[in-house]
This record gives sequence, C-alpha cells and structure tokens, in this order.
Amino acid sequence: MAEAVLEMRNITKVYPNGVVANRDVNFSLAEGEIHALAGENGAGKSTLMKILFGMEDPSEGEIRLRGAKVRFRNPQDAIAAGIGMVHQHFMLVPSFTVAENMILGMEPKRNGVMLNLREAVRITEEVARKYNLHVDPLAKVENLTVGMKQKVEILKALVRGAQILVLDEPTAVLTPQETAELFEELKMLKKNGHTIVFISHKLKEVKAICDRITIMRAGRTEGVFPIDAVSEQDITRLMVGRDVVLKYEKDGRPYGKPMLRVNGLTMAGAHGKLVLNNVSFSVREGEILGVAGVEGNGQTQLVEAIMGRAAGAAGTVEVDGTEIGRLDIERVRAQGVAYIPEDRMRQGAAGSASILDNLISTRYKRKEWNIGPLLNRKKMWKLSESLIEAFQIKASGPAQPIGMLSGGNMQKVVVARESDANPRVLIAEQPTRGVDVGAAQIIHHKMLELRRQGCAILLLSADLNEVLELSDSLIVMYEGEIVAYFDNPSELSEQELGLYMLGTKRQDAERIGRARHA
Amino acid sequence: MLKLKYFELFRTLAVVLIALLLTMLFILLISDNKLETMRIFLAEPVSSRSHVGNVIELAIPLIFTGLAMALMFRMNLFNLGAEGIFFFSGLVAAAVGIQTGLSPFVHPLLAILAGGAVGSMIAFVVGFLKAKWDANELVTSLMFNSILLGVGLYILNYFLRDASAYTTSSYKIAATAQLARIIPGTRVHTGLIVALLLVVLVYLFVYKTRWGYELRMTGANRAFAEYSGIKTGRTIVYVHLISGFIAGIGGSIEVLGMHPRFDWTALPGHGFDGALVAMLAKNGPAAVVLSAFFLAYIRVGADMMSRYSDVPAEMLAVIQSVILLLVSADQFLKFWKNRMLLKEAQKNG
Repeated sequence: MAEAVLEMRNITKVYPNGVVANRDVNFSLAEGEIHALAGENGAGKSTLMKILFGMEDPSEGEIRLRGAKVRFRNPQDAIAAGIGMVHQHFMLVPSFTVAENMILGMEPKRNGVMLNLREAVRITEEVARKYNLHVDPLAKVENLTVGMKQKVEILKALVRGAQILVLDEPTAVLTPQETAELFEELKMLKKNGHTIVFISHKLKEVKAICDRITIMRAGRTEGVFPIDAVSEQDITRLMVGRDVVLKYEKDGRPYGKPMLRVNGLTMAGAHGKLVLNNVSFSVREGEILGVAGVEGNGQTQLVEAIMGRAAGAAGTVEVDGTEIGRLDIERVRAQGVAYIPEDRMRQGAAGSASILDNLISTRYKRKEWNIGPLLNRKKMWKLSESLIEAFQIKASGPAQPIGMLSGGNMQKVVVARESDANPRVLIAEQPTRGVDVGAAQIIHHKMLELRRQGCAILLLSADLNEVLELSDSLIVMYEGEIVAYFDNPSELSEQELGLYMLGTKRQDAERIGRARHA
Repeated sequence: MLKLKYFELFRTLAVVLIALLLTMLFILLISDNKLETMRIFLAEPVSSRSHVGNVIELAIPLIFTGLAMALMFRMNLFNLGAEGIFFFSGLVAAAVGIQTGLSPFVHPLLAILAGGAVGSMIAFVVGFLKAKWDANELVTSLMFNSILLGVGLYILNYFLRDASAYTTSSYKIAATAQLARIIPGTRVHTGLIVALLLVVLVYLFVYKTRWGYELRMTGANRAFAEYSGIKTGRTIVYVHLISGFIAGIGGSIEVLGMHPRFDWTALPGHGFDGALVAMLAKNGPAAVVLSAFFLAYIRVGADMMSRYSDVPAEMLAVIQSVILLLVSADQFLKFWKNRMLLKEAQKNG
C-alpha cells in the first residue's frame, strides 16, 4: 500500500457539555486514494473531519501529515497544509461571481490596494482548465445549479493548493447525472495525485468509487477495509450493530386492546415527494412495536404526525379511540402519551435548568404538584431524589443543572420523566442513542416494566439489535412506507431485515396489513 | 455547581471593579485636585442624609425598570419598551393625578393602577406580535418608544398643559395624589416600599409559581418547553403584560413621588438604565435591588463630582458604557458558546 499521507491517531473529542463525539479514533489516508468515511448520524464523522480541518480541537490524540506532527488551530492552518473541505452546505457568496468567490480571502491586488478582477478571472480559468472542471468565471453563483456550485467549491479548495480533499455527503444534493459527472471528476483528481475523503450514507456510491472505507459507530472506528473486502450488508451491520449483545427475558402474556392506532398517515415533504405514504398500524396494550429502517425513511415524520407537530398530514392517529392528530401537545400528553425524543439536547431537556425542573415539565400544572398559586417544591424535590436513585442518575442532587450530566445520565432523566407518569402510550425515539451500555440497560428495563404494566410502546431505533431484542412485533419502513410486518421479530436475522431496510425486498399488502391488528 | 455560581458573582464584581478603577483613572488624568475629587465621587453620596436620600430616590425607578427588563431578558426577549412605557404611564398617572376630589389613599392608587394598566396594554401589542407572527420585539418595542413619546407630547401639549407655567408641563398634580415622604429630610417616598414589595412578588412568581416555571423553561429552551406541552406563545404574552405593568407603575410612581407637575419632554432614560440594571443583576429579581442601588450611587457620585469638582458628569456616561460593554460582552459570549455547544450536540446527538 502507498505511504500514509495523513494519519489521525487516537483522537478523542469531548465537548464541554460532556458529549463524547470521538473516542480513540484512528484514521489514515493513503496517497492518491478515495477513502470512504461511513457511519450513522452522530457516529462522529463530522467531528473527526472538523478536527482535521481545524474547526475543533481534539481533546486527545495527534494528527500527522506525511509523518510530521501538525496542529491546526483554525481552517486557515489546515488550508495552508493542503487540506480542502467541501461542506454539505455550500460556503459561497451567492451574489458574487464565480471568480470573486474563488479568490475570496486571497484577492489578487492591483497597485497593492485595488482588487484585480481580471487576474481573478485568469486564475479561475487556469485552475478550471488544469483540472478539467469547467465553470464560467463571470457567472453569478446564485444563478448556478447545485452541481455547478459544488464544482466551484471543489475548485476553491484546489486553487488554495488542497492535496487532500474532504467531501461531506457530496451526492446528497445531486441528481444521478450530476453524481456521475462528479465521480468522473473525482477519478480525474485521483489520477492527478489528490487524496479524497468521501463521506456518504449511500453505500452503492461508496462501493462504486472508493478504494477503502473506514466505518465509524458511536464515536469509535469499527474498522478499515479495502472496499472489495466488504459487502453492503457488512457495512450496514458494522454501522448499526452493537458490541454488547442484548438479551432480555420477556413474558409472553397476551396483548390488550389496540391503544395507539395510526390510520392512513400520508404526508408530503418539501420536494413534493411523499415522506409518509399510507402508514397504518396499531400498538396494543402491553406490546412493544418496533420500527426499523434506515434513517430518513419517514420515521421522524411519523413521530411528528403522532405528536401533532406535523402540519398537513392526512390520516388519523387515535389513542384508545380518541383522535389526537389535531390536538396540541399538552392535550396529547393529557391522553397519557409520553414521548422520549430523538434529540435530548434540543427537545428532551433544558440544559441550563436543574434536574428537578427538567423532571416536572410535563406535570407541574397538575393540582397535586401545586399548593394554591405556588408549586409544591418540597414534593418535587422528593420526587427528584427518588427518581435519581431509581434510575441511578449520577448527579450531585436535584438542583444540579442537567446540562452538566453525561449523555447517558441526561437520557436517564428524560426517560425517568416520561415513564414515571404511568403513560398509556410511550413513543421512544432512539431511546439509547449515544448512551453507555449501563444506561441503555436501565432504560431497556424500564421500557419492559412499562410493557408489563400494559403500556403500548412504539420503539423507533436505528440500533437493530435493540429493535429485534425488545420488540414484540416489528414494522420496517422504506421511503415513507411500511414494507414489512413481523409478529415474531426475535426469529428474524439482521441480514434478512437488512434486505427490507434497503428496499430490495417487500412483503405483499396483505401481510403488511396485519400491522393494523384489526 | 457552586463554583459556577461564584464564578458569575466574581465576574460581575470584576466588571464593577474595572469600572470604578477606570473612573479613578479618569479623575487622575483630568482633575487638578485628584484626591478631593475621588473623595467627592466615592464618599459624597453617603455623606449626608439628603445625599443618601438622593441615591434612594434614584434607585426607586431603576428597580422598577430593572425588574421589567429582567423578566424580558429571562425569556431571551430583547424588549426595550420599558423606556417608552415608563414615560407614557407617567403621563397617564399625571392625567389622573391632576384631577381633584379624590381621597388621599384612593387617588394615587388609582393613578398608579391606570399607569400600570396602560403599560400592560402597550406591552401586550409587542408581545402579541412576537407570539403570533414572530415579529422582532427589539424593533417593535423601539418603534413603540418613538410612538409613545410623540403621542405623549401631543397629549401633554393639547390636553394637560398648564398655560400659566413657564415651561412645557402639566397642571399641578393634586396634593391628594402625591406620594407621602417616608424619610424625613429626604424626598424618599412610599414608592420605595412598593418597589421592594414588587421585588419579593416577582421573585416568588419566577421561582415558586407554575407560571414562573413556564417562563423559565421557555427562556431556557423553547423547543423543550413546547415539547413538554407548555404554550410558549401564551407565556410570551403574559410576560409582556407583567413586564409592561411593572414599567408602567414605575413611571407612575416616579411622577407622583418626585414631580409636582409632569414635565418630561423627552424620554427620561430610566427604561434603558433598567436594561443595564437587569444585565448587571443577571436577571435575578433580588440582585436587581443591589444593582439599582449601585447604579444610583455612582450616578449621584458623578453628579456631586460635577457640582463640587472640575470633572464633568458626562464622565459617567463613559463608565456606564464600559459596564454595559463588559457585562453584555460576557453575556454575548456565553450565548454564543451555548449556541455552538447546542448545535454541536444536536449534530452528534
């Protein structure tokens, strides 16, 4: 193998709020290769690349460029060292021309002060010719197509002398034709000796163009492989699998009546494409219904529609026969619906507020928590102390701001709040994402306890092991549709499930219809 | 956690200290009689009963506007409308105050409540626009300040103006409406009691009631509040109602307590000072009192200095700006930092 042009060794990154984004990550690039970096959202890819590009300081670890240790304090340092980055969201000035964007920050001068635009155009044309990337230097960026903008971004990096080019999900915004063109360009760059990091979810593309792949999961590297040595299924498994195999004892008691019923949910996304297409199912009392699927196949929208946050969704959502789809969140919760949100920092908690304040946010209004006009702080304090103990939350006490806790402990606070109010329905969205195994187990046990008490649980998770182990029945979503329903998912293999998740296989309408339990 | 709390306190004390040191530096540079000038600035405000009275008199309106601003800032609302409301509600109170035939207790009460009610109504408009259409409260509240000044001057000139007075001012406020002095030898009036009482009420409201809880959670993380079932739009509206009411009775009390006639022909500036008070107090209701007294103290000190020494009172503006800059700079950085952390955390969930 060619010599390693860049090495990131034992990189660990802990953000000041305690989130560990990278844990002992090793990443190395060989000269002149196209190297894929794959992993789920939140696996730590972006953080790793931000460290490489000088946007974040690593907490630990070192970067070696051609064997020499380097430290990038800011993107300028990284650019000077020959690293270029094409962000997913383009960093261009729309009202400037291509040439003006190209030379931004390194403007050629006339008489030392005046901007030399003619020189800018010449530079642009020269580099465009050199790399065979054709752009019109005088066109305004706002009038360009997305594919063209991306070319400008690539050229911008090249004109600054980038030898290593990082492309963050470059094909996410491209049409298939543009993608094909991009691939030609990348191969061309590779031939010229450039090294390319290709971040993508689209495994087919990764297989088509990359030489090697580094897979990340939960902040760690899962391995580096020559692209021919792994199949798409292998990659998927490595991306979403879990090191500790979960095993839980579940009793086989019969389910109660359907508690949460979703009927014909249909919703259009921003581009007119259906993000939910006639989704129907029900969750019975004492049942955990798992939802599997590659992220971005309608799971988020499904939850939004259930919680009444999605405007313009057609279809109905009922809890115990009461339509809740049009109710506001307070009323939905009054129906006994609890919700563990996917993003605990954004929705699940108020970071600067105390653990106590975070624990009472869904019930502070009720009579039993108030004495006249005042909140019953003493009772709330007691509740907090007992929940902190029951969930083994590592904290100094109920008054500690929740933002100071680790991710796992923060998630335990969220789960404690949502599960303590005897919910009839629990929507659990990625309930254990980014938390340690111990916290995950406490959370899983709590969910199983709720199940025993007759709560209907809808579990959405990208963690296949979790879904398969906890769910009593399972639906698979692909492109906004339910493509499969299983009433005994523990007998299902991950490989089999993967075929449905990738959309290569789907059940007939009759079998899917059984998800309605009607 | 304790550390963090102390850190905030230290940071604030450091800001105050820097401001005072800077004042000393200015005096060293400007004054011919440096030590005497310093003594005047630092000691004169507490040298006599009447001077202490001056400090307290000035602190009273600052407590009101400081409280009104602190409530807004707590919600992450940058509403500076207390300035215009303070002025306009003072005018409303004066309009009630110049009437005759009311008893000494009912009259000021009526005038103050009228001022407060008008303050609430004005703030409601801004709050409603924010909650309903997400209209930027900074812009609308600043525009309201101009509108209120213009409308207020019109009312003063055409309805309340005493033609026999030498300056632009209203008829005399009836003796029954004027607030009683409570400390002999000073002009300190019953408004002080109202102000301190209000501090206690706001403290209880913010930390001990469910509405205060809604306010704090909406301010801390609006998405979280929404998700929990809190109607954040409604919270924004009632915070405006309360804040407007506090600014309104503040203006009313200032007029009835300190002015024989309503004679403001420009915005008095107490509303903007309230922003400084609230920032210095980190939006804590109790700390607002300390911070209002501190500001009043250096104000009176600067005033004395301009009277008895060769350093002009305008120097105070420089000092105040420095305080504001330092205090809001660290606020700004904190906000920025939190936002970055949050963004990061969202991406990496």
